[in-house]
Amino acid sequence: MRIEVRNGRLIDPARGMDEPRDLFLAEGKVAAEAPPGRLDRSLQADRVIDAKGRWVVPGLIDLHVHLREPGEEYKETIDSGLRAAAAGGFTAVACMPNTTPPNDDRSVTERILRQAGRVRGARVYPVAAITVGREGKHLTEFGDLLEAGAVGFSDDGHCLADAGLFRRALEYARSFDALLLQHAQEPRLTVDALAHEGTRATRLGLRGWPRVAEEAIVARDLLLAGYLDARYHVQHVSSAGTVELIRAAKARGIRVTAEVTPHHLWLTDAAVEDYDTNAKVNPPLREEHDRAALRDALRDGTIDCIATDHAPHSVLEKKIEFDRAAFGIVGLETALPLGLKLVRDRVLTPLRLFETLSTAPARVLHVPGGRLAVGDPADLTVVDPERPHRIDPDAFVSLGRNTPFAGYEVPGRAVATVVGGEVVFELS
Amino acid sequence: MAEGNEEARAVFPHKHLLGIEGLARRDVEMILDTADALRGITLRRIKKVQTLRGRMVVNAFFENSTRTRVSFEMAEKRLSADSVNIQASGSAMAKGETLLDTLQNIEAMRPDMVVIRHSCSGAPHFLARHLSSNVINAGDGHHEHPTQALLDALTIRHAKGTLERLEVAICGDIMHSRVARSNAHLLRLFGSRVRVAGPQTMIPRGVEEALGVRVCRSLAEAVEGADVVMMLRIQKERMGADLFPSDREYARCFGLTRDLLRGAKPDAIVMHPGPMNRGVEIAPDVADGERSVILGQVENGVAVRMAVLYLLAGASELPAE
Repeated sequence: MRIEVRNGRLIDPARGMDEPRDLFLAEGKVAAEAPPGRLDRSLQADRVIDAKGRWVVPGLIDLHVHLREPGEEYKETIDSGLRAAAAGGFTAVACMPNTTPPNDDRSVTERILRQAGRVRGARVYPVAAITVGREGKHLTEFGDLLEAGAVGFSDDGHCLADAGLFRRALEYARSFDALLLQHAQEPRLTVDALAHEGTRATRLGLRGWPRVAEEAIVARDLLLAGYLDARYHVQHVSSAGTVELIRAAKARGIRVTAEVTPHHLWLTDAAVEDYDTNAKVNPPLREEHDRAALRDALRDGTIDCIATDHAPHSVLEKKIEFDRAAFGIVGLETALPLGLKLVRDRVLTPLRLFETLSTAPARVLHVPGGRLAVGDPADLTVVDPERPHRIDPDAFVSLGRNTPFAGYEVPGRAVATVVGGEVVFELS
Repeated sequence: MAEGNEEARAVFPHKHLLGIEGLARRDVEMILDTADALRGITLRRIKKVQTLRGRMVVNAFFENSTRTRVSFEMAEKRLSADSVNIQASGSAMAKGETLLDTLQNIEAMRPDMVVIRHSCSGAPHFLARHLSSNVINAGDGHHEHPTQALLDALTIRHAKGTLERLEVAICGDIMHSRVARSNAHLLRLFGSRVRVAGPQTMIPRGVEEALGVRVCRSLAEAVEGADVVMMLRIQKERMGADLFPSDREYARCFGLTRDLLRGAKPDAIVMHPGPMNRGVEIAPDVADGERSVILGQVENGVAVRMAVLYLLAGASELPAE
């Protein structure tokens, strides 16, 4: 398919470009670019996407998604998850290994990639487990998993708390210059924890999940990553203190990257008032000064990316007592609309928004995409920034409806998603 | 009393009793005044009125409780309500049914009220969102135990003649105590001041702001000048979680003794929600001493629960004396 994307405003953070541009896509790549109406007339498109009034951006990349397959297909499947991603403007997602069985050997990685190949949706980049069974005891076969297509390693959902093993993991990963992604949560400080430890949890009688449980792990990991000169990524940063640790580590040249979720950028623990299980998430929603620090960190580059931690659950896990409900919020179809709201509220510029949603995740994961110069992959998203609507979970493509953002007013959304030069989503 | 009756005839403005937080001072006064009016029934030879005849109350106790369950049952019987009890063990929940399914099945049989005790904070609030019955919280996790705070308030009011401008010490495991939370909310409504004390491992973060209390460094400091000293039950399993090292140490450092009680006001009363660990959080001679109103609390429990059932049922008139 040869596609001309015409009359759009091209926002390409990798080049700092924010200008009206036409693009011509052919053979899965960006084949030509020109000011509006100035593309070479000899280029014959099979179809034209008129992007007048819209933003054309490098396809969004979410480096933290739970696709639930294999094992929990009633929550999400590779098919529904990758189509939901496309509907949300994502052209690629990294899927976490906490499936059943977990993605801790080549056969599971290959199965995910094979299944994803049949889906008309986003690309998938499997993240494999650091330890066998995500049990924190023995390292997985990093070399074999990378060869099979894994892009990094995480025991997400579990923290790799054993300092000795984490050191070995960082060191061993260096053999392949592989990325380790840590779910930073000291388990002994968060036994049965349900909500941010503070005034609200005390009043509601919910066991507390203190900031220090995240900060203690990040501090230790940063020391190890610096000592070993390893690549280290902090997943879903939730506290102002963690931001400070990362800022200081970056200043010292430690190879650290970090992500923040839309829900931590938008919400505080006020959302768990009334025991709303849709706001039960790990790490928990914290306080206003954390939220402000996360926004500042995203703006100044201390935090590199927005990642959704898309965690679909069914009513079986959510329409129950708060204590017993599962942690998690879906994010694939709300991240971009909420990101556009950050732009409208002048928290981020459009360039910075798409850097955090596309360019930076590609750089963190060392995967293609995240840029739209000639020769780059034809992975792009057409965004309508002026399409106000209310978030309606019943309209999600994802099987998960668990979001605290239902009814939120957002300014716009993705209207078309192109992966490898094929239109995989188009708003009807 | 005439004024009390006036208020009791007014309609209680809440469908459920989920916690003290969210109640207004006049709501609490209405319950306490009604309890005083109903208390007469328990002193009669025939301790029963027809007020809730034909009403069905479900006592759903998903956490072990003898005192509170019996107290509710007695209150229901004295008001002539029909009641059924369900418990966690032996219920369908033990067979894997969800809490909501269990209660929705019971609700299909058209009860009027559901009294729920549950180990998860917020469980009654969750049910109240999905059931059409009146929901009464009989204790949820570490959150609230509103009828306990109300019976404590009634007890204090009887002893002190008021709930206003009192100095109240609540001592022990504040972190895991729904009794402490409900009492702190209630006393604050009346302008009384609450101090808390206990091992620092059991004083939860942000408790000053969350409950409007002052944290004391020692039991002696908390008891000093107090009108009311409320001791909380220490659960032995907290020892296993390293929240305190031993019973012996707890009794030495955080147990209420006759000696410590000398620091309180001369007419101070001693309370305990029970069941007590004699010799741990409270010395036997204090529990049985002249300051103790512990058995009075239990007696008031029935009256307060009668009042809550009565007001939530929306009954329009008090039974004739």
